[in-house]
Amino acid sequence: MSASETSAHDTETEELPLQALPLDGWHRAQGARMVGFAGYEMPIQYEGIMAEHLWTRESAGLFDVSHMGQLSFTGEGLDAALEEVIPASIATLAIGRQRYSLLLDEEGGILDDLMVSCRPDDMYMVVNGATKYDDIAWLLEHLPEDVTMNLMDEHALLALQGPKAVDALARVVPGVEKLFFMDCAAFIWNGHALWVSRSGYTGEDGFEISIPTDAASDFADALAGQPEVKPIGLGARDSLRLEAGLPLYGHDLTPEIGPIGADLGFAILKKRREAGGYIGHTRVAKELAEGAPVRRVGLSIEGRMPAREGAEIFAGKTKVGTVTSGGFAPSVGAPIAMGWVDAAHAGEGTALEIEVRGKRIAARVAPMPFVPHRYYRKTS
Amino acid sequence: MSRYFSEDHEWVDVEGEIATVGITDYAQGQLGDIVFVELPAEGATFSKGDDAAVVESVKAASDVYSPISGEVVEVNGDLEEDPALVNNDAEDEGWFFKLRLSDASELEGLMNESAYAKFVENL
Repeated sequence: MSASETSAHDTETEELPLQALPLDGWHRAQGARMVGFAGYEMPIQYEGIMAEHLWTRESAGLFDVSHMGQLSFTGEGLDAALEEVIPASIATLAIGRQRYSLLLDEEGGILDDLMVSCRPDDMYMVVNGATKYDDIAWLLEHLPEDVTMNLMDEHALLALQGPKAVDALARVVPGVEKLFFMDCAAFIWNGHALWVSRSGYTGEDGFEISIPTDAASDFADALAGQPEVKPIGLGARDSLRLEAGLPLYGHDLTPEIGPIGADLGFAILKKRREAGGYIGHTRVAKELAEGAPVRRVGLSIEGRMPAREGAEIFAGKTKVGTVTSGGFAPSVGAPIAMGWVDAAHAGEGTALEIEVRGKRIAARVAPMPFVPHRYYRKTS
Repeated sequence: MSRYFSEDHEWVDVEGEIATVGITDYAQGQLGDIVFVELPAEGATFSKGDDAAVVESVKAASDVYSPISGEVVEVNGDLEEDPALVNNDAEDEGWFFKLRLSDASELEGLMNESAYAKFVENL
């Protein structure tokens, strides 16, 4: 027996020797199975992907995402400078608010997806682990000299996700329960400065917590000590985000696709769509007007056989797309996938076929998310 | 009845000229939650080392090789309904397929239980 397809995670291992996360020892003590991902040794699972996935959906899961790049920006004219490199509206981003955005190349292709927050003394950005050094190089090249960028590599990043995350975290860090989805604020825990946002990558309510590295292990213990909380590995992180319809950079998003084709137009507010003024706007404007030729869609799959990344999608004899992420969805109880499909075949409900090991399986373009988001919004 | 093991983590039970093949408990533990098993067609013939089945966990698909040569005479239909049988009982109820052996001498190249245990210990 041998793996014929490595998982999305395994293929991202870089050639360089793997680095240890600040919580490496903590993960091993919790019984994690470690794998290479984004240049780090990371926990793929503890008790099992299925159990961890379902636990997160019903209670609260603790994720270590310290491999991600945390960046801090300061300097004269920062808002305007950032608005030239990302399509987010920065000038109107209030202190204590966060937005989802993208780094685009000159052709409007996606270099990375990211979160950007306005803090009292800086702008704070979280980018993907596998792309962080490329992002830094790109930003250094395109930001003016007045802007200073720091990689906060002395900070760990933890996520607590699930319907009971708020109960668990509020016991450890009182006050976080007052945040709404995409709010963020500073807190103190045991004398350590935390930056907490109410957001995540599972579709559930939850939080992401930036914490100085030297306090991360004690903080993880404090969270894992709450009855609602279990540690969750990368495997369940992937199946949770897939069910939530959230794209994974390097798979569902690459420089080949733009924000409109990737169905991420919501990240570009009206004013910026119309006025432009950011790298990649030409393509965004064109695809807003004419439609994108290829679109990221959700796919529901008949039967039990999963379709994985790379599987080809057909309408009759014609190849019309490729699966970009796929697997078994524990909360759906069936295989699901995301793929890039030619616009003519991307309408919701379109019947398609996916070729897996020479066999065709029936699939249908499905609305995303596959599992409803349960974010804690002001209106909820 | 004798049980043999391959370096690719398949087990083989031999009774007369019929060999039952599955994956080992160690293998299912490595794979994690199994969500789908693709079995060969009855009547298919395999040479030793051929791709014979595919086992899908939440995270990835893995090939299962035929540890010996022969013709498929039966497959475990229960795995279609309940692929988690492989997690729960890999070395008994979670069997994959039965072969009519075409070359019993190939069994000599496989390990016995204690040799396999030692093999796994050194991984």
